[in-house]
Amino acid sequence: MTKILIDGHEHDLPGELTMLQACEAAGAEIPRFCYHERLSIAGNCRMCLIEVRMGGKPGPKPVASCAQQLKDLPPVKEGQPLHELITNSVTVKKAREGVMEFLLINHPLDCPICDQGGECDLQDQAMAYGHAKFNRFEENKRAVTDKNMGPLVNTIMTRCIHCTRCVRFAAEVAGVDEIGATGRGEDMEITTYLERAVTSEMSGNVIDLCPVGALTSKPYKFNARPWELTKTESVDVMDAVGSAIRVDARGPEVMRILPRTNEDVNEEWISDKTRFACDGLRRQRLDRPYVRRDGKLQPATWAEAFAAIAVRVKATTGARIGALAGDLCAAEEIKALKDLMQALKSPHMDCRQDGSLLGTDSQGNRQARQSYLFNTNIAGIEQADAILLIGTNPRWEAPLINARIRKTWLRNPVRIFRIGPAHDLTYPVDELGANPQILSEIAQGHHAVFQTLKDAKHPMLIVGPQAYARADGAAILALSAQIARETGMIGPEGQWNGFNVLHTAAARVGALDLGFLPGPGGRTTHGMIEAARSGELDVLYLLGTDELPSYDLGQAFVIYQGHHGDRAAHRADVILPGAAYTEKNGTYVNTEGRVQLGRRAIFPPGDAREDWTILRALSEHLGAVLQYDTLEQLRAAMLQDAPHIAHKDLAPANPGADPTIWTRIGEEGAIDGTPLKAAIHDFYLTNAIARASQTMAECSRTYGRGGMTMAAE
Amino acid sequence: MLADKDRIFTNLYGQHDWRLEAARQRGAWDNTKALIERGHDAIINEMKKSGLRGRGGAGFPTGLKWSFMPKQSDGRPSYLVVNADESEPGTCKDRDIMRHDPHLLIEGCLVASFAMRAHACYIYVRGEFRREYKIVEAAIEEAYAAGLIGKNACGSGWDFDCYVHHGAGAYICGEETALIESLEGKKGMPRLKPPFPANVGLYGCPTTVNNVESIAVAPTILRRGAEWFSSFGRPNNAGTKVFCISGHVNRPCNVEEAMSIPLRELIEKHAGGVRGGWDNLLAVIPGGSSVPLLPKAICDTVLMDFDALRDVQSGLGTAGVVVMDKSTDVIAAIARLSRFYKHESCGQCTPCREGTGWIWRVMERLVRGEADPSEIDLLFEVTKQVEGHTICALGDAAAWPIQGLIRHFRPVIEERIRTKRGTAKPMAAE
Repeated sequence: MTKILIDGHEHDLPGELTMLQACEAAGAEIPRFCYHERLSIAGNCRMCLIEVRMGGKPGPKPVASCAQQLKDLPPVKEGQPLHELITNSVTVKKAREGVMEFLLINHPLDCPICDQGGECDLQDQAMAYGHAKFNRFEENKRAVTDKNMGPLVNTIMTRCIHCTRCVRFAAEVAGVDEIGATGRGEDMEITTYLERAVTSEMSGNVIDLCPVGALTSKPYKFNARPWELTKTESVDVMDAVGSAIRVDARGPEVMRILPRTNEDVNEEWISDKTRFACDGLRRQRLDRPYVRRDGKLQPATWAEAFAAIAVRVKATTGARIGALAGDLCAAEEIKALKDLMQALKSPHMDCRQDGSLLGTDSQGNRQARQSYLFNTNIAGIEQADAILLIGTNPRWEAPLINARIRKTWLRNPVRIFRIGPAHDLTYPVDELGANPQILSEIAQGHHAVFQTLKDAKHPMLIVGPQAYARADGAAILALSAQIARETGMIGPEGQWNGFNVLHTAAARVGALDLGFLPGPGGRTTHGMIEAARSGELDVLYLLGTDELPSYDLGQAFVIYQGHHGDRAAHRADVILPGAAYTEKNGTYVNTEGRVQLGRRAIFPPGDAREDWTILRALSEHLGAVLQYDTLEQLRAAMLQDAPHIAHKDLAPANPGADPTIWTRIGEEGAIDGTPLKAAIHDFYLTNAIARASQTMAECSRTYGRGGMTMAAE
Repeated sequence: MLADKDRIFTNLYGQHDWRLEAARQRGAWDNTKALIERGHDAIINEMKKSGLRGRGGAGFPTGLKWSFMPKQSDGRPSYLVVNADESEPGTCKDRDIMRHDPHLLIEGCLVASFAMRAHACYIYVRGEFRREYKIVEAAIEEAYAAGLIGKNACGSGWDFDCYVHHGAGAYICGEETALIESLEGKKGMPRLKPPFPANVGLYGCPTTVNNVESIAVAPTILRRGAEWFSSFGRPNNAGTKVFCISGHVNRPCNVEEAMSIPLRELIEKHAGGVRGGWDNLLAVIPGGSSVPLLPKAICDTVLMDFDALRDVQSGLGTAGVVVMDKSTDVIAAIARLSRFYKHESCGQCTPCREGTGWIWRVMERLVRGEADPSEIDLLFEVTKQVEGHTICALGDAAAWPIQGLIRHFRPVIEERIRTKRGTAKPMAAE
């Protein structure tokens, strides 16, 4: 701790704090442009200048407070007064006004047509430090050619104040050295490598980082003003990370999505899919019920749709009805559908669209929650010193987790190994090949990786969808658990736990928690598809399942409840229009097991309704009335299946617990030697919302990542 | 006047061969082993006693700078970096040292590196100095071949490697941390201090950056003793110094002289006097383009050393003396310097990036007199807004010449504005 005077008052602060942080801690506001908590310090905007008085003597010149730590100050001599930081003197104000004037002389001052207007750091700080009364700059202003940064980031480079936040973000957080500055002096220009789009899944964050309107959102260009928007704090569903987001809506439309800070999950970044897929919420929407008549889907009323379903359901028995839940569902509707299926006496339920056996063995016996969670927690990755990636490409499956691994790699000596197809992850990886049989070698200790993991203090492994969604996925899980046990990844309760499963679906963990799984004698996803094809199932209820391995469902009567006219809707016999994640209050459990609430920002379009209310209404028509009339009652009912859902926003703390859990993960069996294959073929088109988004389609084209077209499927 | 026997750079004019054999005849590499055997700290103490102040412009005591290097390595190596990126307009001393006396420099590198416990030294040569680069490189090869550097340098038991690196011609790379960045292969942009290079420098290791002249004089100081060196010049401004005299003099030259020599004596004795006689003198920039100029009245009496020039609000800088006689358009001369700084600003700090361009544009108008008298104050204020508000000293260097001009030649500027207005035809509305 360092004793220091700040604006005349004595404070005792840790020496590691920068002067800027110290002043903030003391309640003094310091203006800044280049400084950002999560980026390296550039110290070049010179806006945060303060006066430092050492031992009572005024310093020779003002100091950039972001760039010096308290411990950089020389020790106070005997009998001399403490060093003092002054943030409010005339010198300081003059220095900052000078810098502000320099920033503004070549700034176009086109605030009325600038998308940053109203949320611009330069605008705000000019209110405090600008020469409001006069402009004494008589020369011509500089004009800079705009740069092409791809389909997401719009550039108006004349507005750039060269803070280099974007450059540092790209190099440090995103891990792509593709933004830089060319030229020098007043000819310095920020540009991307050869004017190409930045090849990062996180590139949209430079829009938030840019303190002025130089980098703005291209899809949002000229669309709205910040003060017109209703801001709703919610949770993202594009992957299983559960990033904290803010949904900005105007009237019935979501205009944009921004990140919120959640240190434990996404820090303050979000992926481009999270940010830019929101235009997909306006397109391809199911806004009224449909019923297939004469082979064609025709608009219908809710009553007609329910009646059509009731006829088919009442004509069969529970044993011939199946239900599948999709990737974007909130826990509420999953619980409602589960209760409905139980009331109809059907054991055929599955939430694992990818066909994996997470959470159960092949007999359908439930396994402990830890067997399908990301037990280390996302923030816990930062302690890891050895990481084994098994069948996962975190860069596409969970960009924020990949960013966390990169952050860890930047700060700590960490060895990273991967089994699976090679892909640039923005940090160096020791490739062990794509053949999963190497796992048995490692598990038996015959591979060097075993010793590295064993010697590590905080080893961890991540099993991804490339591995667990295979036919031999359960065997891979079992082997992974064995490696985790034998290399000491699993400590006692409350300590390190390095066994992790990476999900890609926002709904999956919640559904597994609620037990939306085959009951006794029930069929799995593959089993239900087979049964529908062979005529053993008469009715199939698809709750937002747009990623099934096959939609060839034979003669079965298919009910699709969801929000987009995507893959499943084409096969449906009845369509019930539901609400997307921005249109309903819902509970989501992320891959860590963290329970979070998504909130409604806008209403569902047309006749569409919140999903659980559809199921509640339908239950009356089927004569199996669900016992809840309000969301609160439904949520109370959820707690009976999964009491931990009551604990919001917290991830389970390293649930090492009972050692027998770890011997019962997956199922022992033979591992097939076929190489692991990518689970995601196109990062930008992984769900119905993203596939409906023009922006995502544009990205898919731009980045040319083998986006698979519908026709080819 | 400095006696020939007291000259350190005995081949400053290239009358003799620069190669090893000839350099040895002039006294270079004479029992360097004995110098090294004195030990690390003895060398540093001797340098401290000599009173040598850095010859690159800032005048920081060299021995003190060397003493900041860690005595005990924490596992990281230490480095010496020699700043041969001599780009200050009006300065050309390091160039002549490198092309005519490179062995003095290389011997200095060895001694200085040894004193600072560095096993490697990098000489960063200015991009435009192609020939000098070749000569230094050849001299290093000669030294390696003769066993003077390399493993067991001079038989002293100290391993020492010397590398010469070629810059790409940016003025800012003469700033020590920008030089380090450039040497690491990055864009030449000054770093924040702290951490200082002695703590975190080249490749994150303890590093000292010294000017060519500071390093090249070190072996001679050690051989002839600190007392000999400090016997020249006034206290706190000790030693001999290479002055570069250019501009409106009869014989522009580089000359090694004792510090604290009167400016008038320097110009009249060595440069053949001001063109048209001393009374034809207008002003002198005494220390390279970065320092404020001095009008004739001050030049009459001022001494050429750090303290004397500081007292007249200028500086010794690199001792690049630029002489301007009365035929000079002094506003245009300073405007040309403004353009130089605008061109060479690296662009990272706001005040320098934006300020240098603004200053230059106003200066251009002042040259033509197309300005309002109030803009002189504006200009002065803008230079004050740049000065001291930037990471490195380039902002200061851009501001000082203007401040000097306004301080000493304000009437000239005002006169030009008046003349311009007087000759302009009155407009109907006026």
